[in-house]
Amino acid sequence: MKFEKKDLLDLKSLSVDEINLILDTAKSFHEILERPIKKVPTLRGKTVANLFFEPSTRTKLSFELSVKRLNADLINFSSSTSSVLKGESLIDTARNIMSMKVDALIVRHSSAGAAHILARELPISVINAGDGAHEHPTQGLLDLYSIKEKKGKIASLNVAIIGDIMHSRVARSDIWGLSKLGAKVKVCGPPTLIPKDIEKMGVKVTYFIEEALSGCDVVIMLRLQRERQKTAFISTIEEYREFFALSEEKLKLAKPDAIIMHPGPVNRGVELPVALADSSRSIILEQVTNGIAVRMAVIYLLLT
Amino acid sequence: MAILIKKGKLVDPASGCEDILDILIEGEIIKKISENIKVKGAKVIDADGRIVIPGLVDMHTHLRQPGREDEETIQSGTLAAAKGGFTTVCCMPNTVPCIDNPVVVSYIFCEAMKNAKVEVFPIGAISVARKGKRLSEMGRLKKAGVVGFSDDGRWVVNSQLMRRAFEYAKMLNIPVISHCEDPFLSEDGVMNEGYYSTILGLSGIPGEAEKVAVFRDISLLELTNSRLHIAHLSCRDSLELVKKAKKENLRVTSEVTPHHLTLSDEAVKSFDTNTKVNPPLRSREDVQALKMGLKEGVIDVIATDHAPHSKEEKELEYPEAASGVIGLETALSLVVKEIVEPGLLTLKEAIARLTINPSRILGIDRGEIKEGGIANVAIVNLSKKWCVEEKDFLSLSKNSPFIGWTLPAKVEFTIFKGKVVYKD
Repeated sequence: MKFEKKDLLDLKSLSVDEINLILDTAKSFHEILERPIKKVPTLRGKTVANLFFEPSTRTKLSFELSVKRLNADLINFSSSTSSVLKGESLIDTARNIMSMKVDALIVRHSSAGAAHILARELPISVINAGDGAHEHPTQGLLDLYSIKEKKGKIASLNVAIIGDIMHSRVARSDIWGLSKLGAKVKVCGPPTLIPKDIEKMGVKVTYFIEEALSGCDVVIMLRLQRERQKTAFISTIEEYREFFALSEEKLKLAKPDAIIMHPGPVNRGVELPVALADSSRSIILEQVTNGIAVRMAVIYLLLT
Repeated sequence: MAILIKKGKLVDPASGCEDILDILIEGEIIKKISENIKVKGAKVIDADGRIVIPGLVDMHTHLRQPGREDEETIQSGTLAAAKGGFTTVCCMPNTVPCIDNPVVVSYIFCEAMKNAKVEVFPIGAISVARKGKRLSEMGRLKKAGVVGFSDDGRWVVNSQLMRRAFEYAKMLNIPVISHCEDPFLSEDGVMNEGYYSTILGLSGIPGEAEKVAVFRDISLLELTNSRLHIAHLSCRDSLELVKKAKKENLRVTSEVTPHHLTLSDEAVKSFDTNTKVNPPLRSREDVQALKMGLKEGVIDVIATDHAPHSKEEKELEYPEAASGVIGLETALSLVVKEIVEPGLLTLKEAIARLTINPSRILGIDRGEIKEGGIANVAIVNLSKKWCVEEKDFLSLSKNSPFIGWTLPAKVEFTIFKGKVVYKD
């Protein structure tokens, strides 16, 4: 099977076959990462541009390494200020970089839809590396990959996604991906951070972490996006922690072999106590490794 | 030269007329309406198979002059109006400077006299600089020629100030037009709050932002017994409030835009910034409710909220892009497609909401075809399909969500004060 889409913009529009193709391809790249020489010549001569309009450490480095492992050339563009303030629009910036004859753009932006707009305007491949609160498809894919690796399957697993659902692009990509592959998803957070009509995405909603954890196979903790708290979605961090942070005690409600995941960066001690983040239940660092394999797969499938 | 319109079907909601008649125009005036008029030396327009309607009246237009002449001018905006069959447009006060004093009103009349293709009536601001702090000189604005008051784009948050505006407007006998939106509830929102805002990760504006504002304004209307016109209604709940107020014989009227009647928030899926409007496109249920409101007469007027924006303001990320779409050149066609063709309203009823209804609300002697009246007429080929193309817009701005659509009803002639100002 060949990957027919020009871009990877979201998980909502991917078919089950397309998701499985990416996950299977990632598996073969994962093996490469275990070799002494972690590089393949597959994309020699191709050029990829990282366009990051929002601060990022993990995702940017992960994409950068993925591109390099495939032997493609990489250029980096970072801007923490909005393009509007600079006077050059997002589309102009992207057109300029495309004119340097690059084959694909990897775009991270604080506005939902930024990658979609570029994909519509430009003939080259666009990979969404996170757009506002919309989607973060490669994170969603690497979460699927990680769960499948640990649990051997996705279908019929109980997954709890806990925290700031409202502002989380990871939550949205995870929900689409997990639902498509047959998992049962519960989302949990304070009512102020649960967006309207989210049940229509096929998830169950609860405001009580105990209920979310009960009998679950996978716990995905989300980062409380403190930078978005200007209009007081929560009262205090301390109260939030009391109600919505994971703890050893609460985790007992989950299945004994339940795994803990987090898309990072972790607010250590806010949503997740340090001890749990570093425990054997946590696969947070494996997620990071898997991210490279998944991103290699995505870039490979789009550029060959 | 006199103009003789032959054999068109005259659809005039004010008189109820719906017959094939000839219309003779001499000078600025409609001289005669009857069967089979014969006159020598007149320019004859064969309107056989066409409808002949009063020139349309848009009570909610943004002409952007003074201040943003790169987006629209009185000239370009009225050209676009003529193409859409409009012969009267009422321009909203959110210009730079704002229409909050008689000098700006005079400037607009003066520019219109020089450059406008059709008639322009200004709407004056309720508060100075539309800041909601101090009443504008409403009396002097009325004397200068405004036909309504509005802080359009902004709701007057201060209830006491709004009460006083209602009281002044009562003395002046012109309506207060309210843009109903609680700014705290709409906050950073860029689209309707619901399933689509959730999956798209865009901040939502709940319908309640409109509803609570409508409720407050109707309450003040009751207190003052003044006149309230609610601009661009967008959701079902506020419609219910208007319905109730009308039952109680309060002097409230309301309008809806063609885009709120046509598109729902699902359209935002494309992240096309031409779907970004304020109030936002609402749910399908809301769209259906608006159509019913129009049918039941809860909504009196269809107004365009023609809001030109430059490419610089629209070719941006969705949250950053300006709100608003142009509408003058597509309004009639959309109404025919969405309202008349499905049988929701008869043609005559629909035309009433684009002509005589807004004229009566504003107290202007327009929107009808009568002997001795001003010769403002549009001739429309209802069955002629046309494709909306960016290059064909006469508006200086091209921000339409309907580009690429094929629509019915082509305006073939627009006659303003006895002169052909648009010909297809």
